[in-house]
Order: sequence, then structure tokens, then C-alpha cells
Amino acid sequence: MKHLLFAAGTLLATQAVAETPVLTVYTYDSFVSDWGPGPAVEEAFEKTCGCDLQFVAAGDGAALLSRLRLEGARTKADVVLGLDTNLSAAARETGLFAPHGKSPVVDVPNPFGEAGAWPDETFLPYDWGYFAFVYDKTKLSEVPGSLEELAASDVSIVIQDPRSSTPGLGLLLWIKAVHGDKAEQVWADLADNIVTVTPGWSEAYGLFLEGEADMVLSYTTSPAYHRIAEEDDSKAAAMFPAHYMQIEVAGKVAASDQPELADAFLDFMLSDAFQQVIPTTNWMYPAVMPEGGLPAGFDAPLGTDHALLFAPDEVAATRETALGEWLRALSR
Amino acid sequence: MAARAVPLKPVNAFAWIAVAFVAAAIFVPLAAVFVRADTMVKVLTSDWSALRFTIWQAILSAVFSVGLAIPVARALARRAFPGRGILITLLGAPFILPVIVAVLGLLAVFGRGGLVNQVLGWAGIEPVSIYGLHGVVLAHVFFNLPLATRIILQGWQAIPGERFRLAANLGMSPGQVARVLEWPMLRAVVPGALMVVFAICLSSFAVALTLGGGPRATTVELAIYQAFTFDFDLGRAALLAVVQLVIAGVAAALALWAAVPTGFGAGMDRIVRRWEAESAVLRAGDAVWIGLAALFLLVPLAMIFLNGLKGLAQVPGMVWTATGTSVVIALITTVLVLVLALSLATARRGWAEIVALSGIAVSPLVIGTGLFIMVNPWINPAHLALPVTALVNTLMALPFAMRVIAPEVARIEADYGRLADALGLRGWARMRWLVLPRLRNSLGFSAGLTAALSMGDLGVVALFADPDFATLPLQMYRLMGAYRMEAAAGAGLILLVFSLALFYLFDRGGRGDVDA
Repeated sequence: MKHLLFAAGTLLATQAVAETPVLTVYTYDSFVSDWGPGPAVEEAFEKTCGCDLQFVAAGDGAALLSRLRLEGARTKADVVLGLDTNLSAAARETGLFAPHGKSPVVDVPNPFGEAGAWPDETFLPYDWGYFAFVYDKTKLSEVPGSLEELAASDVSIVIQDPRSSTPGLGLLLWIKAVHGDKAEQVWADLADNIVTVTPGWSEAYGLFLEGEADMVLSYTTSPAYHRIAEEDDSKAAAMFPAHYMQIEVAGKVAASDQPELADAFLDFMLSDAFQQVIPTTNWMYPAVMPEGGLPAGFDAPLGTDHALLFAPDEVAATRETALGEWLRALSR
Repeated sequence: MAARAVPLKPVNAFAWIAVAFVAAAIFVPLAAVFVRADTMVKVLTSDWSALRFTIWQAILSAVFSVGLAIPVARALARRAFPGRGILITLLGAPFILPVIVAVLGLLAVFGRGGLVNQVLGWAGIEPVSIYGLHGVVLAHVFFNLPLATRIILQGWQAIPGERFRLAANLGMSPGQVARVLEWPMLRAVVPGALMVVFAICLSSFAVALTLGGGPRATTVELAIYQAFTFDFDLGRAALLAVVQLVIAGVAAALALWAAVPTGFGAGMDRIVRRWEAESAVLRAGDAVWIGLAALFLLVPLAMIFLNGLKGLAQVPGMVWTATGTSVVIALITTVLVLVLALSLATARRGWAEIVALSGIAVSPLVIGTGLFIMVNPWINPAHLALPVTALVNTLMALPFAMRVIAPEVARIEADYGRLADALGLRGWARMRWLVLPRLRNSLGFSAGLTAALSMGDLGVVALFADPDFATLPLQMYRLMGAYRMEAAAGAGLILLVFSLALFYLFDRGGRGDVDA
């Protein structure tokens, strides 16, 4: 009974604000949490748009895309924020997204084209980072300097499963990008370093902080979290010759009933008001460097010559091959 | 179930409604996923190795959990000591913990830097690794030993005290009591306990992967997750869910076939004293079993408690809101489960139990997806977050309640059914005067188990996410996802305390033996 009353109340409340247009943005869980960028982004955008910005959280990036596919053209989303370049080709193929029609200048290392250009006509980047192995400086003294050195060492690592986690998929593509046909051998060499493979990032990072392994697969920006939020300078990311990138993107839904608001949101996304929130809430690099630069405690990003990335349309085929190699090498 | 000794009576309407409801809630969403799948259903070779590993680890986990539960339950059944009631409640805690909380607790004891390896280090012994098949089984025993112990303990308590008194009068030795009284009870109870633990471990995902050490420890549930999220192959996800169901169904049928119903006859429902087991050796043996079980289960809990205390101050307000949401869902789930379990148990048919059992074995992800596909064209799924979560939790918890309640109903009917028939006790009056009073223990335990399970379950909320609706486990995972590991440990402690409190309130309310 209570729920009927509650439902009725919600319905009335919704009708009362029906004049204010609603912009619905689908995103992943950690974006909307109190510690994520969500609250600040919502407040800043609602000041200017004369609208009600509503975030809908749907698990992680991969689950987000699945939800969108389930809903198809009936989706209530106007904007989807939280896919990455490993998912964007599959997302584009659904035909659910409209071209953004913008040509922004971005501060994202671009291994394919000229610096600052953004070639994707469907998705726009809002932040990015490098995958890296994070360790505790007070506990690990001999830090490996490359994937081969790591594989040859007896340093223990926790990684994520590429079948259920985006960082896990990142490492799979990283090793494939560096070692190509020899990737399977590298995985076989790494097998004795791997303490365990977790379903997601949270479990792996939790195990690492509990001291279950010397290193964990995370991001080069992870130590900044400990430095800034916890005033703890003990964590560092191991620097390798090249690191695989994750570029997080957003796109406009073609069936949106608020296309102008969706456009306005994408513009806002690349503005300072949005971008300056990113480093200390999403713990990633901003796609467009805000005025004032990175906060203290954040290392400057590595340059383009250290960046690895498969083009979105190569990911699917590469992933399939690499996943087979990974399974074979680690199941021995 | 297990009512072969008594002529079958027609199944009442409540049981039919309950069976239809549960079957519809499981199979309609599953069918919806199949219908929505637009590709040919194919199964990968990696799925077969996942299936082999899944079944193998589930068998090992069931055998070890139940094998160890028998001596522990026997020790608890025949010993009275101060704090026994509290201990029995606390022993139930691992079962209701969210996976990641329990895993971190286990690692604090058995992990690389855990207590065990520290002690081994002082003794100059090489550290042991928890990662591998043995780690998966260890974790599953940690989760399920308490459940198995409670199910078997109920079996012991169901043997009327008069039988033990008679055995003592006849001068039976402990061995003879075991053969005449305890063995037949175990024949009736153990197959069901094995089946439940097997079915739970069948859908293991995070435990198996995290402690399994790599892709060798891939379970079917992970394959379902992969099929759904990264491959978006709905047909394969649904097919794998059906495979899980079929295996659990076969296990359930085997267990029902193997379980021989007991016929101890009616007793005076008195507290049991065990004259034959009062020798010092048996006392010491029981003390060791209780001590070991308590150590194994309580030390990781203590670590969770200590780690959680540190993070408690950092827990943000939204965690408390989520706690309220989770408690409401837990209470709704409990009412639903008790009504359904009672209705199904009074049918006393094997198939009713198999339908109920499907709930543990079916993938919540697939059920959630099916429900989403069904409601999405009509209603905004976010508006249904609460009822859907309660429904899925009900399906997951119902099998446990059934396992506890059904054998009791069968026993009551076997012992008192004819008397009640002779007195013309039927319908509600029979329920009110015969069944419910004797089910007090089982109802309390089932309610406690359901409420606590529901508190700790992630359910399907991700698909039905509503900005203003989040359960406590979901908020805990969000904290972890935002690097807030200490605050997450604090939220884990809140979850542990609330789950245990709900479990204790219901269970205590039903238990007559706590003061024994």
C-alpha cells in the first residue's frame, strides 16, 4: 500500500515539474556516486541549461552498452556517457547514436592522427588515462621497467579478467599491441607472476591494498588519488616504455527527444566547468586541459610517443584472437 | 517431499498458486531472453571447460561443507554450554555476507599477509597460497558450512528426546545410538543439504574467479556475464542459464531419490538430554569440533569487524539511506518467502521442491534481463527497482526456506497427520493448531536466513537502477569503485551488523532451544 502511495506521489511530483525539460544521461555507477563527478556536473549544467539533468547509472561501461542494446530505439537516454574506445565501434554499429557534428580540439594523445584532432564523428572524449601497474614504494624496491622485465621477475601481480572488466581488457590489448604474435608467450611467462584474476577493478585494487600482491593493474593516475585524497605518497605507477590508453567517450542518442539539450550537454562536457571536476573525482586526465592545469599532486601525462591504442574498428577482431591466446596461456 | 510413508492427499490450491507463481517468475523471463536473442544460439568450447570446472568445484564444496557439518552439528546437538545460542547465530554470519566482504575477511586470515602465513613465518615454514581450487573450496566451505550445520542440527533436534531416553534405558552405546537413531536421520537430511550447497556453488562467480587464481577457475556464471555484457549474445547467456538449471534439477532429483524419510514417531517435543554421550572422551571430541568450527568461521568475521571499525567514521550518509532501503526489501522478501514456502511445503511433493530449488540455480542476471525485456516496453524499469529486487531475492531465498520447512512439515504430517485426520482438523485449523506451532523453529530460522540473505544480495538492481534507489551492497561496491576501500569496509560492517541483527531477531523468535 505504501508503495502505491509512494508511486502516486512520484507521479504527481513528476507532473508538477513537467514544464522543465529533462535531459537523461546514462552513465556508469562510479560517475554518479557522491565522490564521482556526477553531483558537481549536474549542479553546473543545471545553472545554464534551464533543464533537469538526470543521471541513470547502469553498472560499468560494458553493462551500460548492453542496457542500451536491450532498450534499443525505445531508450530514454538522450546522452550516453561512459563508453570507451574499446566499446565505441560496437556502440556505433547499433545505429542508436547520432553524429555529434563538432570538431573539437582536445588534449588527448592521439596515436593515429595529428595531435589535437579528434577523428571520431559519433563519440566525443571527456577523459582519458593510461593503464599501469601500481605498487607501494615502501614495499617494492626493484620495480620492473617493462612487460618483459615484469614477466621475468618474481614480482606478484593482481589483474582483472578481460571477459568481465574494462581494465582487464586493456591489459589484454596492451600486451597484444606491444608483442603481437608473441603475446601468448608473454602471457605464459607472466602466469607465475599472477596471484589471481578478479572479475572487476574494485576486487583487484582491494586485494592489492590488503597486501595480497606487489602490484595491481590500474591507472597511472591512481597514485594521485592516494596523494590528494589520503595524503599518502607511498603509491606509484611503474613506468614502462609504452602504456595502453583508455579514452572515455560520450555520444548523443539518435532517438533523443531533447536533441538541442543533448548538444548543449556535449559542448558543456568539453568546457572548463566539466573538465576541471574530472581529475579529482574520476581520477583520470581531462580531455581538454582546463584553465589552471592539473591539480597539485597529479603527474603530468606521458606524451603521445608512449601511448598505445587500437583503432576502435580493430578492437573486436584483436580482442577475439588475444582472448584465445590469454585463455590458452593461463589455462596450462 | 519425502512423504512416501503417508498416502498422498490432494494438493491444496495455495500450493498450486505458489508453484505457478514461482515457475512463472523463473521461466517466463528466461523465455523472454530467448525470444529477444536475434542470433543463432552457439556454445563455445571454453563454455564446456567452464561447465566441467563449475560442477567439479560444486561437488567438492558440497562434500566438504556437509562432511564437516555433520560432526559439528552433532557436537552442537548434544552439548549445552553458555553462549551456545549466540554462537549458533554467529556461525550463520558467513552465509549472509556479500561475497567481496567475506573474501577480504578470509584473505585477512589465509591470504599472503594473513594471520596463518604470519604464524607459519614465525615458525620458519614456507607461506601457503590460498589461490587455486583449494581456495575456492575453502571459501565455499566458509560460506556453506554454517548453513549445512544448521540444516543437520535441525535434523538432530527433530529426533524426540524420548528416543534417546529409551536408548539410554536399554543401555545402548554411542555407536548403537548412532546406528539406530542418528544414521536414519542423516539418511533423510544429508542428501538435501548436499543438494543445496551444490546448487549454491553452481552459480558461484566472484568467489571462484577471485580465489581460483585465473581462467582455469572460470564458472558458467562468468560465461553468462561475459555473454551478456561484452559479447551481447543473449541466446548464449540464456542457454547457459538453462544448463545451470538442468544440472541443479538433476541434483535435486537425485537428492530427493536418495533421501529416506524418517519415522521416529511423535515425541513430547522436549529438550534432549543425551545420556549415552556423557563420557569425557566424547565431550572432549565435541569441544574440539565446536572449537575448530568457531575458529574457522569467527576469526575472518572478527577481521571484517576490525577493518570495518576503522572505516566507519568515513561512511557517507547515503550508506544509511541505502541501509533503510535494504531493510525494507529484506522484510518484504521475508513475508513473500514464508508464504510461498509454507504453501509449497504443504503440497509435500518432490516437484514442488524442485520448482522452488530452481531459484538458487538460475542466474539472477538472466532473470533480471528477462524481466527488463518484459517491462521495458510498458513501464520505466527504474520505477520497478524495489519490487523487482524483492522478487529476485525471493526466488533466491525460497529454496533455503523450503529446505528447512519442507522436511519439518513432512515430519509433522507423518507423526501427527493421522491423529489430526481422526480429529477432523483440516484447512486453516490444522495449520493453526498442528503445523504452525511445531514449525516455530523452522519458520524463525527461514525468516532470519531470508532477511539476512536479502540484505546482502546485489540482486539485479544495476539494470533497474533508479537514481534514488540503491541497496547497501550496491553502495558498498560503489565506494570500492571510487577507491574508498576503508569506507567500503565500514559499509561492510554495517551490512554485517544489520544482517546479523535481522537474522538473530527472527531466528531467536522461533527458537525454543536457545536456553538449553
